[in-house]
Amino acid sequence: MSIENRLYAVRYRVDDKSHLTIRDQAVCQTCPTRACEWFCPADVYAWDEGEGRILVAYENCLECGTCRIACAEHNIEWTYPTGGYGIAYKFG
Amino acid sequence: MSAPRFDAIVVGAGPAGSVAAYTMASQGMRVALIERGEFPGAKNVFGGVLYRKPLEDILPEFWKEAPLERKVVEQRLWVLGKDSVVSLGYRSARFKEPPNAWTGQRAKFDAWLAGKAERAGAIPIYETVATSLIRDGDKVVGVQTDREEGDLYASVVIIADGVNSLLAKSLGVHREWKPDQVSLAVKEVLALPKDVIQERFGVEEGEGVTIELIGETCGMAGLGFLYTNQDTLSIGVGVMVSDLQKKKVKPYQVLDSIKQHPEIQRLIAGGETKEYAAHLIPEGGFDAMPPLSGDGWMICGDAAQMVNAAHREGTDLAMLSGRLAGETAVACHATGDWSAGGLGAYTQAVKESIIHRDLKKYRGLHSLLSGPQAELLFGALPQALNDAAYEMLSVDGESKRDKQKRAAALLREAAGGTAGLIGIGWRGWRAMNG
Repeated sequence: MSIENRLYAVRYRVDDKSHLTIRDQAVCQTCPTRACEWFCPADVYAWDEGEGRILVAYENCLECGTCRIACAEHNIEWTYPTGGYGIAYKFG
Repeated sequence: MSAPRFDAIVVGAGPAGSVAAYTMASQGMRVALIERGEFPGAKNVFGGVLYRKPLEDILPEFWKEAPLERKVVEQRLWVLGKDSVVSLGYRSARFKEPPNAWTGQRAKFDAWLAGKAERAGAIPIYETVATSLIRDGDKVVGVQTDREEGDLYASVVIIADGVNSLLAKSLGVHREWKPDQVSLAVKEVLALPKDVIQERFGVEEGEGVTIELIGETCGMAGLGFLYTNQDTLSIGVGVMVSDLQKKKVKPYQVLDSIKQHPEIQRLIAGGETKEYAAHLIPEGGFDAMPPLSGDGWMICGDAAQMVNAAHREGTDLAMLSGRLAGETAVACHATGDWSAGGLGAYTQAVKESIIHRDLKKYRGLHSLLSGPQAELLFGALPQALNDAAYEMLSVDGESKRDKQKRAAALLREAAGGTAGLIGIGWRGWRAMNG
């Protein structure tokens, strides 16, 4: 099952500003692993070769917190979306 | 206008927070219950199994009104090989009356539990993020929220904001969890008709089965699960974040690997994915627990690493900690002593409870699972056990003595020799009996 189909089943109320911030894109440019492209369960992080930066699809974030802990460079500023916004599970 | 003042502020309307709020409000305290989700439960995920005892102590016969799925009458443990399974299970009529546990769904259950706290008098402040603690010197005296003029003050703040607990971090009592102190669980809810579920799992109306899964986690330390709900199945897998960092396997690919196992496929076939979820599980165990109380604050549940990973218990420990924190607050409210000394009664109560006792027993598990032997325990050994079972159970003209030798050799080879096998057995025993 593709991640797109999985995320399609998730209910969000999307905040108009990102709660996830890359602290310093220069760190990502030289990051040897870019493990964020793998460990995120919603594929929020993707390396854009053309622009030379990590793109952050915060709208798809499941708010698990993995990236905050797993980014070896501690380069992801992780906060909560505004109260009432973000993921709203139907089952949980 | 002066900022609102409460006896207690509870941050997080999950099982720990709602039980704490209920305990205090029902004793007449002025309680604010803050929740960042659209409703209590909106941000919460678990496997999930809910046990009777911890909540029954607070809300007798709660199951007659709580939104629960199926009472668990059978628990299975499946050790998965590539295309086979070694199965162990226990089924008993004694699990029926009274039930020992139910399957459940957090979005429904947590909303119900928070409703109990509201009806007891707790003031709901939902769709609101508690962004930081307000201090007066070393003392916590309130919280700032993301609402306009959103500062709230109280004699005590109960921090029950879950595994990510940005508040506990801002308090400085613990730094960030290490990648091997948390597991990432991904889960899908699959819709199937009731009668299909009952037929496939061999249960009657209202009865359910839980299956824990070991193996086929792409060599990562982790466990899978498959639980029956009324007209859905919950299937998921949790793997250690430190393994995810290294393996270059996406979390949902681990879930796919379990879903595609032929014996799992048989049980979930035709199930339509109604939801996909991801959540961290604090699995650092006893040694990862932060200080639990101080001047004007207490920490409960996942925010304090109160999870017994070996027994998939977390919700029940969260509710118990919420009760102990609530009871401590009620006592402090009577004396007016909200100091670190007064609230230290909560830390003491947790120490005397099964939270401490059980986490202490499994204290060594964390280092075993985060160590170099994880790949063996969750990869090679489950497969070797399946191969050994195949050897023992297939009749092919070979003598039983030779077969037994071959089966034992398979396990020995997987563990890297006799010493390896004994070593891992010994370490496993020690890890679970610390």
